[in-house]
Amino acid sequence: MLRDLFSRKKYATVLLYKDDDNKVRTVTIDNFQKVSEDKLKVSIKNSHPRIAARDRVNSIIDKGTFVEYDTNLKTIDALSFPDYMEKIRIAMENSNEKEAVITGEGKIMGRDCIICVMEPNFMMGSMGSVVGEKITRAIEKAIEKRFSVIIFTASGGARMQEGVLSLMQMAKTSAALGRLSEEGLLYIAVLTDPTTGGITASFAMLGDIIIAEPGALIGFAGPRVIEQTIKQKLPEGFQRAEFLQKKGFVDKIVHRKNMKAVLSEILKIHALGGENNA
Amino acid sequence: MHNILESEKPIVELENKLVELKNFASENNVDLTDEIRILSKKVEKMKQDVYKNLTPWEKVKLARLQERPTSSDYIKKLIESFIEFHGDRFYGDDNSIIGGIGIFAFPANSREGIPITVIGHQKGKDTNENIKRNFGMPHPEGYRKALRLMKQAEKFKRPVLTLIDTPGAYCGLGAEERGQGEAIALNLIEMSRLRTPIISIVIGEGGSGGALGIGVGDRICMLENSVYSVISPEGLSSILWKDITLAQKAADVMKLTAQDLLSLGIIDNIIKEPLGGAHKDIDFVTDNIRKYVSGELKELMKLDMEQLLDKRYNKIRKIGIWA
Repeated sequence: MLRDLFSRKKYATVLLYKDDDNKVRTVTIDNFQKVSEDKLKVSIKNSHPRIAARDRVNSIIDKGTFVEYDTNLKTIDALSFPDYMEKIRIAMENSNEKEAVITGEGKIMGRDCIICVMEPNFMMGSMGSVVGEKITRAIEKAIEKRFSVIIFTASGGARMQEGVLSLMQMAKTSAALGRLSEEGLLYIAVLTDPTTGGITASFAMLGDIIIAEPGALIGFAGPRVIEQTIKQKLPEGFQRAEFLQKKGFVDKIVHRKNMKAVLSEILKIHALGGENNA
Repeated sequence: MHNILESEKPIVELENKLVELKNFASENNVDLTDEIRILSKKVEKMKQDVYKNLTPWEKVKLARLQERPTSSDYIKKLIESFIEFHGDRFYGDDNSIIGGIGIFAFPANSREGIPITVIGHQKGKDTNENIKRNFGMPHPEGYRKALRLMKQAEKFKRPVLTLIDTPGAYCGLGAEERGQGEAIALNLIEMSRLRTPIISIVIGEGGSGGALGIGVGDRICMLENSVYSVISPEGLSSILWKDITLAQKAADVMKLTAQDLLSLGIIDNIIKEPLGGAHKDIDFVTDNIRKYVSGELKELMKLDMEQLLDKRYNKIRKIGIWA
């Protein structure tokens, strides 16, 4: 209704009203899909351990609305790299997934979006050809459907076993995000533990909005590599989400329990605003 | 002569013998023409055998050779009136990436040239210079300077030539604090849509994200003995086998040579080097680069902007192998 009123305008205006106590009314989230704390694993001391990508999708996407993309892409051993296929087999077993990212579309509090979630239990979420291709296709689908894109990162970086093919997935995903951006569409990066290497140096840092989970390790070089290079211990908290926010690289740190609500609010504000989102 | 390859040693020995033989012949006024001819042939054959069959690890060593020509060596020969520009306008100037403008001269007989922006990793020629250049390992400022110069090139409609030669982006406290990942990521997205032709050439070491950070373009090619990889062989052997000394074994499985990248569909072309490597005859390499860049630039400049950007996108888009 609101959207119909203002959709032709270049900039959106929104009607607000004040409650009795003279505060601007804020939207409350009441039909938040309940995901058990067990799955979210946040009950202990508010820490944010790594969780399975599938559980993450369920915690963010409205029940029954998720449509998964590209489940048929199969990883092959393009470089004849020693033991690669065996590692893939073990990773599949450990994670119950076919590759290190789940992509698809679904609704967040009724709003459409494209979501990509990396799987930390699949070779540490590393990106090879299939991960790069799935993410790129998801972004291109978002351009086609004019949806926002949300990517949850959890990855050690490019996958060694696919060599420079993996490296080039950084350029590929970034180029796709360039097109998404040219279309005026929204991309939210949500950085979870760990986000390092080629992921940080590509789509993790390209969000219009960059959110991080508390305590997540986020960096270009891994802590061990830096310590070897500079030959000293790293300071406490170095490369953690809070450090990144202090240094100006993260918009907002969001507790896992509030993630869906915050994403929903951002999508709502975007859906109201501007000709691109009308 | 330092830094020679193990497999080069017999060649060097034989070459020294040849010199001795020639000296002996002229000093003692004896005719050794036949012997000299036979030995010369033998040296030539040996060179062919050795240099045409370099192992991946030997190519890594060749790509890292201190004598190997650097970005500034090629810029001196390729670009007329090159003017270097400094700084990222945010934080500082990074000496491990150099950049500036000049006139790229088309092959000598054409007497044509074109204003161009050139950006390259810069290694040092000795320890002192290497310290100044941080061994060619940029901080975020280097990538931000590169991007500033690329946006400038876009504004003034100059093509961009980038020369890649880095062990990798620097891994240190300051680099992390100032957003090494963000700086490289931004270059990837901006280069993928920069509204002017970009040609990238790997001239030595193509070290991972640190190389790719100035390596997205309409044409990507490699000098014959350069390497390009997702991680250094030492890094890979340390991760996979917890043993840095297995770097040679790592190099063998990584598919990091120019020939490998061509067959994987990642690069467009291989630029010939003289037998033994670029340092043996830099003019030969420069001529080959000049011919290649001239030809490709002329093609790219014919395209209208949307065509150029579509082709660039599709080029990057199609990289990857799966079933």
